[in-house]
Amino acid sequence: MNGFEPYPEIGFMQQAWHHLAVFWSFEDINATWVLIGSLLLGMSASVIGAFAFLRKRSLLGDALAHAALPGVMMAFLLSGSRDAEVIFFGALLSSLLGFWIIDWLPKNTKIKPDAALAITLSFFFALGLMLLSYIQTSEMANKSGLDKLLFGQAAAITEDDIQLLIWVTSIVLLTVLVFFDKFRLISFNRLYAKTLGVHVKFYEVLLAIMIVLSVVVGLQLVGVVLMAAILLTPIAAARFWSHQLSTLLILAALFGAISASLGAQISYVAPAMPTGPWIVVSLSILFFISFIFAPQQGLLKRYLDYRQLKQRVVQENILRTLYKLLEREHFQRNHFTLAEITALRSVSTADLTRSIQRLIKKHLISEKSNGYSLSEEGLLKAIKLTRRHRLWESYLSQHADLNSEQVHQQAERIEHILNKEQEEQIVAELMEQLDPHGAPIPKLPSQNLRETKNK
Amino acid sequence: MSSFDLADWLLDIWILATASLVAASCAMVGVFLILRRQALMGDAISHSVLLGIVLAYLISGSNSLWVMLLGAVTIGLITAWLSESLHKVSRLQSDASIGIVFTLLFSIGVILVSLYTGQIDLDQECVLYGEIAFVPFDTIIWGDMETGTDIGPRAFWLILIVFLIVLISITLGFERLKTVTFHPSLALSLGISIPFWHYFLMTLVSMTTVASFDAVGAILVVALLIIPAASAYLLAKSLKSMLWLAVLYSQLSVWIGYALSYWLNSSIAASIAVSAGLLMIVTLLIMQIRKVQQKRHYLQQLNTEQA
Repeated sequence: MNGFEPYPEIGFMQQAWHHLAVFWSFEDINATWVLIGSLLLGMSASVIGAFAFLRKRSLLGDALAHAALPGVMMAFLLSGSRDAEVIFFGALLSSLLGFWIIDWLPKNTKIKPDAALAITLSFFFALGLMLLSYIQTSEMANKSGLDKLLFGQAAAITEDDIQLLIWVTSIVLLTVLVFFDKFRLISFNRLYAKTLGVHVKFYEVLLAIMIVLSVVVGLQLVGVVLMAAILLTPIAAARFWSHQLSTLLILAALFGAISASLGAQISYVAPAMPTGPWIVVSLSILFFISFIFAPQQGLLKRYLDYRQLKQRVVQENILRTLYKLLEREHFQRNHFTLAEITALRSVSTADLTRSIQRLIKKHLISEKSNGYSLSEEGLLKAIKLTRRHRLWESYLSQHADLNSEQVHQQAERIEHILNKEQEEQIVAELMEQLDPHGAPIPKLPSQNLRETKNK
Repeated sequence: MSSFDLADWLLDIWILATASLVAASCAMVGVFLILRRQALMGDAISHSVLLGIVLAYLISGSNSLWVMLLGAVTIGLITAWLSESLHKVSRLQSDASIGIVFTLLFSIGVILVSLYTGQIDLDQECVLYGEIAFVPFDTIIWGDMETGTDIGPRAFWLILIVFLIVLISITLGFERLKTVTFHPSLALSLGISIPFWHYFLMTLVSMTTVASFDAVGAILVVALLIIPAASAYLLAKSLKSMLWLAVLYSQLSVWIGYALSYWLNSSIAASIAVSAGLLMIVTLLIMQIRKVQQKRHYLQQLNTEQA
């Protein structure tokens, strides 16, 4: 049954191309059905999986798919037929039973939810395998192909299967469309939904039935073992791109559809290949691409942001150090050497010169033969930073009872992120002219002007 | 069946001995998985170990015990580490990141198995069931091929080694494991490294799953890891009694399962896992009945007092 017929090495690629051409020419009616089926399944499973993910039950689908196996085997044993409807019904029943157990165990015993999931999953799966091995050693007719349910096999799908698949996925997608608002409400805030008078229990069960439906109907294509991924990975990948639920669902459906059809094609071209693993691999590639390159929350973007912030902090620290030096010289001298700067602030020389070059480019400081000096614009910025630093220190020492060493550490961080409004709020709270170390809190030039006018 | 055959009897002994060692090691490791709420991590590692075995075989070209152990432990630790860092870096829920990692690793494993079916001593079927019935035929021969003595099945020696490692490390690290499991913050203040013991436990899980792989397959291991330990968890009052109970449950499942498979002519490994589940159901039923009885008893007492 698992005999992988080795393709003759040279003809293999040609053969694969030929299969692929047949697949996309829509001449082979079965291939077209498989394509439609996999697209629909990918969409419905990822959309319904999104709700499971949002309700923090990501691996529920995994357990439910495993739980379907004994139902399939029982249905086959009792009816002796492999009709899509019979198998579907059996799988549905045992999956629902599994769902009930997962729900019941943590509520009535001291078993924790994660253990309940693992127990149900492994027990039902073992039961399914036991029945399968019993069937395979027995003398029943048309028993072959049942084991294809484990990893999925696109090439083994019949037209009946596909028709059922199309019906069920359409029902699932329609239900989600109709009850979208209610599902959203109970996924994000169950308690709030309750206070609004929404029948939470009903919608939860409805959602669970939808999950079970899409899991069960996908068994032929994806297989029991890896069904979890097609529910979970698309939404996890989509999450890096958006925060809007409708966008998330559309993206997840897109990811699901793309990988499901890819997996189906590969399995169709090379019939020895199981479908499920290929779907999962292509999904995972999409996931890691999203994880790294997504424009808002991707890893790369976050790293770049982090580096930018770090650079800004170093630059701002240099400006403030120059201001401090200026203050120490009682504003008599405006040229300072690198050595003087590093004496006040420990930065590696490489970092320092690089940041100074950037500051010069921005015209915040200027370079002269006897050292570096703040430009007018730079002075303004340095005053602003020093002012925020010292204001925050005074605020902390007055309101948080910290000593002067502790306040400095805190202010070092906060000076870079305080904004104008917060600064004004602090000024309104404080009547201080000096910071806790006794240094004057500098005023912005505009304020100086205003105050002299008032006099 | 009618005539007593010594050779058949010996085969049964080897199978039973292997199965009970597998079940006992799984049960002991499973206790800590249940208590540390990492049942799903056990699930994940037992899946991804497949990739470790396949890769170890493809890279080294041999299926010696030590290569398999090394490959499995490496992949097991990678699974644990990847899920944890994905959870931290991508801010996904921890079960979601576990799910993403293990399905990917397992898929790659299955794909490799189907690509190299002819060359690897593995196929999709044995990934699922294991082949405990064939365990006695794959033996190790001590000395050279011609003159050496047959010392018994390979799978048996592998699981024996792992069983001893698990037993010794749990006995030696008992106090530490206990502290890390029940009082993580106390462990931290005592200077016990929580990450070390976490990965130590994951190493034990990987070793147990790979050693069980030949016998019961990648997925049924989960049942043996979680179900006996969870049944013991229902009854036990201390860590020690939980360990003993879990081992007891696992041994009972082996005996009942073996009988079941003989009766139904079904897969031995699957039947053992099913009987572990049945034992748990019986335990739960008894507990529920006693709960109802106690409730009724209290109600009666309350009524008589009021009257």
